[in-house]
Amino acid sequence: MDYLQFALISLIKVVTIVGVVLTGCAYMTYAERRIVALFQQRVGPNLAGPFGLLQPMADAIKMIFKEDIRPAAAEGWFYNLAPVITFIPALLTFTVIPFGDTVTVFGIETKLILSDMNIGVLFFFAVTSLSVYGILLAGWSSGSKYSLMGGLRASAQMISYEVAYGLSLVGVLLLAQTLSLQELVHQQQGFWGMYVWKQPIGFMVFFICAVAETNRSPFDLAEAESELVAGFHTEYSSMRFGTFFIGEYAAMIGVGAIATTIFFGGWQSPFEFLDFIPPVLWFAIKVSGFMFFYIWMRATLPRFRYDQLMNFGWKMLFPIALLNTMLTAGIRLWLK
Amino acid sequence: MDKVEIYLPILIMVAVGALIATVLMGLSVLIGKRTRSKVKMQPYECGVDPVGDTKHPVPVKYYMVAILFIIFDIEVVFLYPWAVIYDSLGMFGFLEMLVFVAILITGYFYILGKGALKWD
Repeated sequence: MDYLQFALISLIKVVTIVGVVLTGCAYMTYAERRIVALFQQRVGPNLAGPFGLLQPMADAIKMIFKEDIRPAAAEGWFYNLAPVITFIPALLTFTVIPFGDTVTVFGIETKLILSDMNIGVLFFFAVTSLSVYGILLAGWSSGSKYSLMGGLRASAQMISYEVAYGLSLVGVLLLAQTLSLQELVHQQQGFWGMYVWKQPIGFMVFFICAVAETNRSPFDLAEAESELVAGFHTEYSSMRFGTFFIGEYAAMIGVGAIATTIFFGGWQSPFEFLDFIPPVLWFAIKVSGFMFFYIWMRATLPRFRYDQLMNFGWKMLFPIALLNTMLTAGIRLWLK
Repeated sequence: MDKVEIYLPILIMVAVGALIATVLMGLSVLIGKRTRSKVKMQPYECGVDPVGDTKHPVPVKYYMVAILFIIFDIEVVFLYPWAVIYDSLGMFGFLEMLVFVAILITGYFYILGKGALKWD
């Protein structure tokens, strides 16, 4: 294939994906506020546009017009760079996620996946662990004690849960014998073919770790408002803060997309009689389910204490994940 | 598979992401209003004058967690290629990994006994 044509097609796909993800992030904030309001018997934002649907736009415009404060104690370029470093890995997750099979648009056949690499799962772990650098840099370079504490806590938490996070997927890999995400989706035919039924413990450990990795409630100790003001982004204002915010939501959507791909059959339709719904839409529906679950947890669960958090990660999730791996290996060998 | 086909889209994604982040942050730097004062540029500390600075040592527990993370995460990375070719390894692969995990577990209980993961 001609490289120039390939680069152009890739650029179109990248712009589409980024556009959809950023819109998704914007409406995720709206959905979060409306749904949490429902849980708490309030109304939530309902004045900007019909049902308050223009609220995310209003928020973005407001954020751009806010004053950009750069504290005197901030450390040079690191302070400017930190939001970008958290933002890019969040987007990079979407390069390996399959949104569907091969399609033909205007006579050009193309895959609905940006980079169909055979080590997709490893790539996902590699880029998600990069985001810890942005958070640590932000906390350290702000020159504020709250930021430093938040950054330290966040990085210790993220690397602690990273261990069980990686281990929770080994069970699926044992069954699937591949690291390619497109191939994982092809293996999960129908409702009972989903890997969540074969690896329920793996899925639960994976999802708990994913929530901790994205610093979401009930693991949001990095920005515990009641003790640390806002944690690592205390000193960030206007769109610099906005970039952190978008990065966090993009990471949430990315984790939802990966969980969908690995455990819930990705873009495959779970029931035959629902095959008329296009694969991309199936994917969006499944990811939305995860996003709702995120919001539900935030509305329901109180925050962990820091020692509880570390104990839970190291003394509960890690042994469970390891046990699950070895059990799966044993059963796999026995059945063969 | 062609290397360009795998890594070019990732490069494009990095470029687009960096561009969007820079443009967003640049916009607010250009458009946002600016009033500067010495007090405003101080680190935030709930309204009182900031006490001390951030250039003091951090608790050693954080370093311990980082070191343990390196050890255990490398063990996890060893499990990945093993899992992918598990079917062709058969009984041999299972026993080998049992030995490996036994060593790992010994180390795990050792650090638990030493209290390296205690947080109080």
